[in-house]
Amino acid sequence: MDWMQSLRLVAPEIFLSVSGLILLLGAAWGQSRKDARAINWLAVLVLIGAAAMTLPTLLGQVSGADALAFDSLFSADAFAAFAKVLIFLACAASLALAPAFFERHGGYRGEFPVLVIFAAIGMAMMVSSTNLLTLYVGLELNSLAAYVLAAFLKADERSAEAGLKYFVLGALASGFLLFGMSLTYGFTGTIAYSGIAAATEAGLSTGALFGLTFMFAGLAFKVSAVPFHMWTPDVYEGAPTPVTTLFASAPKVAALALFARVAVEAFGSQSVAWQQIVLAAAIASIVFGALAAIWQTNIKRLLAYSSINNVGFILLGLAAASVEGVSAMLVYLAIYVPMTIGGFVAVLMLRDEGGKQLEAISDLAGLSRTRPLLALGLGSVMFSMAGIPFFFGFWGKFVVFQAAVQSGLLIWATIAAVSSVIGAFYYLKVVKVMYFDEPAGKVTGRSDMAHEWLLTISALFISPLGWLFTKGLGALAAIAAGVLFAAT
Amino acid sequence: MIQLLAFYLFAALTIASGLFVITAKNPVHSVLWLILAFFNAAGLMVLVGAEFIAMLLVIVYVGAVAVLFLFVVMMLNIDFAALRAGFIKNFPLGILLALVLLAEITIGLGAFSAGGVQIGTADGSAAIPADMSNVEAIGHLLYGKYLFLVEAAGVLLLVSLIGAVVLTLRKRSGVRPQVIPRQNARRPQDATVNVKPEVGKGVSL
Repeated sequence: MDWMQSLRLVAPEIFLSVSGLILLLGAAWGQSRKDARAINWLAVLVLIGAAAMTLPTLLGQVSGADALAFDSLFSADAFAAFAKVLIFLACAASLALAPAFFERHGGYRGEFPVLVIFAAIGMAMMVSSTNLLTLYVGLELNSLAAYVLAAFLKADERSAEAGLKYFVLGALASGFLLFGMSLTYGFTGTIAYSGIAAATEAGLSTGALFGLTFMFAGLAFKVSAVPFHMWTPDVYEGAPTPVTTLFASAPKVAALALFARVAVEAFGSQSVAWQQIVLAAAIASIVFGALAAIWQTNIKRLLAYSSINNVGFILLGLAAASVEGVSAMLVYLAIYVPMTIGGFVAVLMLRDEGGKQLEAISDLAGLSRTRPLLALGLGSVMFSMAGIPFFFGFWGKFVVFQAAVQSGLLIWATIAAVSSVIGAFYYLKVVKVMYFDEPAGKVTGRSDMAHEWLLTISALFISPLGWLFTKGLGALAAIAAGVLFAAT
Repeated sequence: MIQLLAFYLFAALTIASGLFVITAKNPVHSVLWLILAFFNAAGLMVLVGAEFIAMLLVIVYVGAVAVLFLFVVMMLNIDFAALRAGFIKNFPLGILLALVLLAEITIGLGAFSAGGVQIGTADGSAAIPADMSNVEAIGHLLYGKYLFLVEAAGVLLLVSLIGAVVLTLRKRSGVRPQVIPRQNARRPQDATVNVKPEVGKGVSL
């Protein structure tokens, strides 16, 4: 093992860790609100820097043995790089939202950005794992930071409840995952994905099949796919909104990329075995996410169900079990992240005169007349999520359907398409409330500059203008997916 | 011969102290018997050549877990007599559970001797080299091959530490902390006054 080579490959993670430690020291001494703000913006810069450090790996199509660090414990290949760039940028965006929100709710401290940075390191380890141990340590690093972030507003009961709920259910999911991992280890004799792939090439023994099932159940918990979604609406509603923005974006990317890596690299030869599991979770998530959201009156819960629905579409890409499927999944993720961030930023901007957050959908009535630009931004997020043609969200759904049909999943793709029409109902309901109802005149609070900028950027990306990126994004996703399959 | 003697000594003491753990009247004594059981189990581990596990037993179980038990038992003041009052009533259930466990062990041993389960074989990369003790071999693996994960686990512990502090630390008003520089800077003439009260009058403060 070449140490210098290994250290060079994990340079973005090392950069993040060292910056996180320095900022932690800063947070220990700088207790004032101004210091917390400064630490926050430094952390945003650090995360963007880490994304910039990762980008060359993606563009250089690094793959195979060149990407393996520390005796094959960690793979910094182009697939991981694609996910990492998304993760780091999503974390930076969620951090950019935080100070203005906590300014009004109090309780902001320099530890918040530090925890987000450490969570980002955990997520980076997840997507780079080539080994069950790296997977688990990365997952726990991310989860532990996430539990604390969910409960960050100690004075708010709902935030504490969200933190506790997330912790208990997350621990349960970790238990599932560990049980599956130990069965897999017992029946294949190795913890390396490559070793598992070699051991299962001839066929899965019953024990290994159990291991696979439990591991996938644990991962489905983490991506909040049906039937392991119960925690999502409560945690999303209770956690502080910037934290919810983070939960709905970066960890989803990490867990889904990890899902793909485990499925393809460790169990690639047994795709028949896991295809059913992933397909069942995908279809159930799509249908349930679309149906359950109809009765929601709280916009944060609505977005939570919409994220369950979106995860279903992404898993449908994975269920195709082909290069096109994984590439479609990555394209969908790259569109989903700005879409969901835009949605939550718009929710953050809904405030009354006193700066209190408004979360009921009925409060949005007639928003187009009082705050036309905000209504336009939220409206384009809703159109894009519904997959209305010419909004960028449509393209994500389109490539996923295409990949699914190519793999012979025509019936399932049809069911998904029908469900997305049902789902369009509640997205469009929000638009209808904003544009055609009598103004409720509740949203009167001033917006913050950071929020306005983020909403503008994400709304522009998911608007029809996003089609300018299709070619580049598609090419990058194809590179990443190709690298993942080449490794097996 | 001497190994055999040592084995029977340790094994008998382990079982005996295990029995005393559940029969002792005083919960503090139970914990102390438990510590004895751990020590004897560590002795058994040394006999089979697993000195690393023996060390773990002593350091982790005796040093941390048992001491934690002791603290909890002493601080919580649990009424164990009341807990034990239902012993006779729950006796049949206890016997049933014991029988189930016994049946499971029998079935497990039977399955093992029949060789029914096909499990994977280790790839041998973690086998102990002949010229190393197992402590040394584990050290080589942890700080060589798996160094990256050891460091990552360190970050994981740091995050849980930050989390514990963030969630529990509260700023309270009205506390009077000790400020050592101020204490040291205080001179006798600031703190004491020499007064000479007249006869029949008190000191005015």
